[in-house]
Amino acid sequence: MQTRWYRLIASFALVAAVATGCSSSQSTGDGAANVKLQGSGASFPAPLYGRWFKEYSGATDGVKVDYQAKGSGGGIKDFIEHTVDFAASDAAMNDEEIAQVDVGVVLLPMTAGSVVLAYNLPELDKPLQLSREAYTGIFLGQVSSWDDESIAKTNEGVQLPSLPITVVRRADSSGTTFVFTNHISEISDDFRSGPGVGKSVNWPESDKFIAAPKNDGVTATIKQTPGAIGYIEFGFAEQAKLPMASLENKSGNFVAPSLENAKAALAAVEMPDDLRAWLPDPAGENAYPIVSYTWLLCYQKYEDPSKADALKDLVRWCLTEGQKSSAEMGYVPLPPNVVETITAKLENIQ
Amino acid sequence: MSTTLPNAANRPDESVISTPPSKFDIVIDRGFRGLTGFFAWSTVSLVFFIVYEVGGKAMPAIKTHGLSFLTTQTWDLQNEQFGVLPEIWGTLYSSILALMIGGFFGISIAIFLTQDFLPRKVEWVFKNIVELLAAIPSVVYGLWGIFVVIPTLRPSAIWLHENLGWIPFFGTSLSGPGMLPAALVLAIMVLPTVSAISRDSLSNVPGKLKEAAVGLGATRWEAIFGVILPTAAKGIFGALVLGFGRALGETMALAMLVGNSNQMSISLFSPGNTLAALLANHFPEAGEKEEPVLMYAALVLLGITLLVNICGAFVLSHTTRRAAGGQK
Repeated sequence: MQTRWYRLIASFALVAAVATGCSSSQSTGDGAANVKLQGSGASFPAPLYGRWFKEYSGATDGVKVDYQAKGSGGGIKDFIEHTVDFAASDAAMNDEEIAQVDVGVVLLPMTAGSVVLAYNLPELDKPLQLSREAYTGIFLGQVSSWDDESIAKTNEGVQLPSLPITVVRRADSSGTTFVFTNHISEISDDFRSGPGVGKSVNWPESDKFIAAPKNDGVTATIKQTPGAIGYIEFGFAEQAKLPMASLENKSGNFVAPSLENAKAALAAVEMPDDLRAWLPDPAGENAYPIVSYTWLLCYQKYEDPSKADALKDLVRWCLTEGQKSSAEMGYVPLPPNVVETITAKLENIQ
Repeated sequence: MSTTLPNAANRPDESVISTPPSKFDIVIDRGFRGLTGFFAWSTVSLVFFIVYEVGGKAMPAIKTHGLSFLTTQTWDLQNEQFGVLPEIWGTLYSSILALMIGGFFGISIAIFLTQDFLPRKVEWVFKNIVELLAAIPSVVYGLWGIFVVIPTLRPSAIWLHENLGWIPFFGTSLSGPGMLPAALVLAIMVLPTVSAISRDSLSNVPGKLKEAAVGLGATRWEAIFGVILPTAAKGIFGALVLGFGRALGETMALAMLVGNSNQMSISLFSPGNTLAALLANHFPEAGEKEEPVLMYAALVLLGITLLVNICGAFVLSHTTRRAAGGQK
């Protein structure tokens, strides 16, 4: 009789194994005392947000903030579908997207950053100076060699190699692409009518245009490819110690990407009521030309009041304590008057 | 149920073996059969469910773009023009390249490991190391490709382009990411699959067959190429089909290495794109406009994989029949 018991046990064991495999482990949280804020979105401010949220969670009992850097487009999508408590985007949200959120949207600029043109030409000892003509030409695929006339003109005394230019762009849809194409379309009609402005645009087709996913993918690809140039966020270029080109700004000066020059660009911008301020081509002697705010997207009404309170507290902390670490990470701290406007806006969240 | 055997053998009277199954036994057996049947069928229906879901979501895109989706080559979200011809080309091209390289090495390893070239213990270690390759995550392969494979390839790629540029395969210079680095890494990724299954089918060739061949005066290599490989051909072909399927679907490493450039080129050094990489790059951020199109692309990839497997099965059954006929 023993055999049948073995059989019985064996078949039950199989069922049990299958059943435990299927049932997902659900963690039961304590609820009231613990608030967990979940966010997703832009990868451009991700290093800074990562630090902020970690420091804030550490300093505040019972609040945990999770942020997933899946890109601005992904953040907006999650936000519209209500799968997150907040999101982040470098392209804010357009009217069409805002209309899809029934509980209302509050857009809060949290920090600003520059998009830089990083390149890989180890033989150069001086930073490149790129005129508007040169860098629009490069990204339109018209300037294809480093010793091209348009680049040589503004880099006198620099021995430019006769190397093909490899342009590295983003493979995924990205706020960084939006900021960059928004600027370049502003200064070049050819670009606006060609690739245009967007989180993902139709780049020229060429063997020398390669794409990599995310800011870090583009950074790694530039670093590994002699003769490459690509657009990335300032902090990423600095961390990877990639040389960055000085760009010609609206006033005709060649401006290196730096915090001061980004601040100079922000100074020229007036904040509108909905806090969606664009700087496609900032004016100012020392203004670095490609600078953008990056936004936190919050709902106007939260079902759970403790979540709204926690979020407001988090934003307040980021606007005060957090701003101190912005500069360290390569982001531009918000000007005091902007911080004031945002703090006032915060009251709209319930 | 092998666990029952020692116990049954230990019993002094073995009458239990000859008893007819009781009702309880029958119920348990039926229940177990029903259970396994249920899980088997639910796996099959899951496949159909996936096709149904993906197809349903792709429907709007299929209606608007139709077959031109398969034959055009722009991917322009702003103007809503979508075509995946370059991706189809890239998927097939990279997989075929990978299979050629990975298949060659995989079968060589399988021969080396089964034909008594090495002592048993070394063989065992060798086999496990090769199979360990399958345990390395795709992202790690991608990073390794960026930091090791591409820089290593660069000098020879430049030389080939400059001196043999008239051959279409070397028609463009290597920018960094491109078809060849992608295919090389892919080859290493399919290698464990190909070698493990080929090894199994080679070691299943009856030893008598080899002895007979040697007895008739064949050398070791004549025996391997003339007798053992043809006998194991079916299994090896199956290994190649599986490896090809693996190569078609591989995503992350390719997204990192292939260059994601929306163009078609026969040159090994030019960047390209694959369907899986396209999906990986665009899906996380796809909006309402792009999602159906990506689903359509996913359906195309599914179709290609299915087609390859059907062709594989067909060739397999065909060759088996011929081999069986030859033996008569």
